[in-house]
Amino acid sequence: MSTVAKPREVHHAAVHAAPTSFWRKYIFSLDHKVIGKQYLFYALFMLIIGGLLATLVRYQLAWPGRPLAFMGKIAPEGMPGGQMLPEYYNSLFTMHATIMIFFAIMPILIGAFGNFVVPIQIGARDMAFPKLNMMSFWVAVPGAIVIIWSFFVTGGAAAGGWTSYAPLSAIQPRGQTLWLISLLILGLSSLLTAVNFLTTIINMRAPGMGFFRLPLTTWALFITALLLLLALPVLSAALIMLLFDRTLGTTFFLPAGLIVSGQPWPNAGGGQVLLWQHLFWFFGHPEVYIMILPAMGITSEILPVFSRKPIFGYRAMAYSMLGIAGLGFIVWGHHMFQSGMNPLLGTTFMISTMVIAVPSAIKTFNWLGTLWGGDIHFTTPMLNALSFVAMFVIGGLSGVFMASTPVDIFIHDTYFIVGHIHYVLFGGSLFGAFAGLYFWYPKMFGRMMNERWGKIHWFITFVTFNLVFFPMHFLGMRGMPRRIYDYTQYTHLKGLQPMNQFMTISLFVLGAGQLILVFNFFLSMRRGKVAGPNPWRSNTLEWQTSSPPPHENFVGRIPTVYRGPYEYSVPGHGSDFLPQNEAGGPAPARSHG
Amino acid sequence: MNNFTPATRAARLLRAALFFSAAALLPSAAGALPFWMRLPEQASTYAPDIDNMFHLIMWITGVIFVIVELMLVFFLWRYRHREGRTAHYTHGNNRLEVVWTIVPALICVMLALLSRRIWDQIKENMPHEGLEIHVTGEQFAWNIRYAGPDGKFDTADDILTLNQIHFPVGKPVIVTLTSKDVIHSFFLPEFRVKQDAVPGMHTRIWFEGNEVGHWEIACAELCGLGHFRMKGFVTVDTPEDFQKWLAEQAATQTPEPPKAASKTIESAPAAAPAAQTAASDAKVAEKGGSS
Repeated sequence: MSTVAKPREVHHAAVHAAPTSFWRKYIFSLDHKVIGKQYLFYALFMLIIGGLLATLVRYQLAWPGRPLAFMGKIAPEGMPGGQMLPEYYNSLFTMHATIMIFFAIMPILIGAFGNFVVPIQIGARDMAFPKLNMMSFWVAVPGAIVIIWSFFVTGGAAAGGWTSYAPLSAIQPRGQTLWLISLLILGLSSLLTAVNFLTTIINMRAPGMGFFRLPLTTWALFITALLLLLALPVLSAALIMLLFDRTLGTTFFLPAGLIVSGQPWPNAGGGQVLLWQHLFWFFGHPEVYIMILPAMGITSEILPVFSRKPIFGYRAMAYSMLGIAGLGFIVWGHHMFQSGMNPLLGTTFMISTMVIAVPSAIKTFNWLGTLWGGDIHFTTPMLNALSFVAMFVIGGLSGVFMASTPVDIFIHDTYFIVGHIHYVLFGGSLFGAFAGLYFWYPKMFGRMMNERWGKIHWFITFVTFNLVFFPMHFLGMRGMPRRIYDYTQYTHLKGLQPMNQFMTISLFVLGAGQLILVFNFFLSMRRGKVAGPNPWRSNTLEWQTSSPPPHENFVGRIPTVYRGPYEYSVPGHGSDFLPQNEAGGPAPARSHG
Repeated sequence: MNNFTPATRAARLLRAALFFSAAALLPSAAGALPFWMRLPEQASTYAPDIDNMFHLIMWITGVIFVIVELMLVFFLWRYRHREGRTAHYTHGNNRLEVVWTIVPALICVMLALLSRRIWDQIKENMPHEGLEIHVTGEQFAWNIRYAGPDGKFDTADDILTLNQIHFPVGKPVIVTLTSKDVIHSFFLPEFRVKQDAVPGMHTRIWFEGNEVGHWEIACAELCGLGHFRMKGFVTVDTPEDFQKWLAEQAATQTPEPPKAASKTIESAPAAAPAAQTAASDAKVAEKGGSS
């Protein structure tokens, strides 16, 4: 399947001219590189907010009920006199998860790195639909404004968990409506992005850039876009149904005979409670892969560069991502083993869930194979990518526990699950995002980030991450439920307070450590060492143009691609890398040797 | 413990596998590990089956974890950059790909098959006889209903309690769960019981206590601002004590409103009497929590 892209000249004529005004250049830009950076700032800002919310959650878990005077001024309704109310606590973890998932992890991996890197990696001058791309970003902005605004409405922000299970989400105060509207807006943005990526990757690859010469980052984003395209409409449908249940008196999720606080609920009857869960998780499970696949792609990109060695099993890497994407659509029921869903159905979902562990195992072994026999350089991007591998192993293996239906009876809805998702989303996605940030920063801003501070930041993050999140498995083993304002109410959980305090103190260090990244990020823009076009001596096309790349990415003709993306240390070649667009060189290698 | 499924060869194999994993974990059973590294005590007949599966998975994933992380660290050390080092040029190995596809697949399928047996026993094969109890969740309390002397539910002699579930040791209990308002989850950690109570649905589960004692019921599904205090109490009695308790409850019941009304609008208890909760707390605590 070596599809050669369409002739370039047709497309070239249609490309817009370089803008000169401030507004067109930096704000309402059509340039995928500017839009990528806009997403980066957006995601980093929301990441900080999400992190602060998590800090408040953990403060309450360490010292339940202890007042925080300054919060009494910031959130007088939720924390009067600094004393956190249970409903405010519920808002905090709901908004922490919502913001991290939809407003931080997705925008940084897909919006920032996807937008910035993919067109250059495939040798295109921009995305297929630059105006649509600009719209994606500017639609995502009101999404963020609405979700933050919801903190300030009567009754506070949504407090039904990021999963917003009906009927609780149908009877919650007004913040829940804003939550629904915000995610509907954001869903539109992501859908437009997905269409744009798919069109760009299918139609705009440089001459010679067949599908099996695509860098794995682009492969990962291609598959991610497919998942978004197929899963998001289902979420949007469910959100609209819930919105109607809340505002128009429909009863999609409201069964007959609901009695809330002793009073019959006005619009109840005919609805099915579990329908929400089926629709939500039909989206929600692919969503988990939407957040991890790009990070897998970034890791697969970085490991060969700093091992100076071709990726081990390129096709196995691509096929296993396709396998994850396909299987990802038939495992949603594993979130519902204890919901009252037919137990026989639970068994089928257990089997599909066990099977989906296999492609992840294949990827892990191929990453190890890439390191084997390499010439390994421990740069900051490499350390973060290696952390991704090491932590993803834990997140993947802990998933086997909850895949087993009988074991899930006990650990479902406990902190064991919270530990698992944080090993996948922080240990996985976020270390992948850090790796990508350190790796592409010189390409984005033309200067290197400080390596020493980068390593210190990595070390603090790696150590404290494990101190915060590994104990969660133990909390779960003792039966501590998630989403619980004050577990010391329970005699059987009281003894867990010292461990919770240890985790919270570790989180303070983890959070403080991120300040190093913030300073490094901003100071390096001015003071960093000038990067030059290819500081990492890398093969893919984004490194074969200046840093940052010029308007329309390549000066003169679009490069022609002669080989796969990971030809490092080719015997008989003078240097240990061989760019994709370099004519000549040793004969193209077979994919398996 | 499981007198209603025939012991097939597969079941015996399963027992052997689970016994092995349990035996391998003997040090923890002997209390060598701190309390937070152990699962809570096992108060139901099927709790050991679930725990054995947990430990089996822990051993398998634990071994894989150690091997993978050691290989990772070893490769990083062995192949670190040195002056004059050249990376080995290879694109992979198809035989290896096949091996590391099939081996994890076999392990996962085996775990799924082993899990299926226990799952079926717990969720599919309901005991034919047992004490029937109806549990209805509401924000933020558990309504417990016994059929009363006539053995029928929704009649005048039903026995209702709030947040207090009692049952005799050594006899299966069949609980029918539902909810008045939002989803709750009926969680008895020491019994390894968890099942959502869903409005509009009636979900039947069973369990059997294997020792006399006091424990707590937790709500495991977020149900609103009082979720964290939606706590109940479990008491496993001797059969005699249970009958005595039931008779006491019957004597203190307030007559229910006429049947038509009780179907839809049950009296809405705001909270359990504080004194009763405090007394139950003391009982659970006296038992030394659940270590």
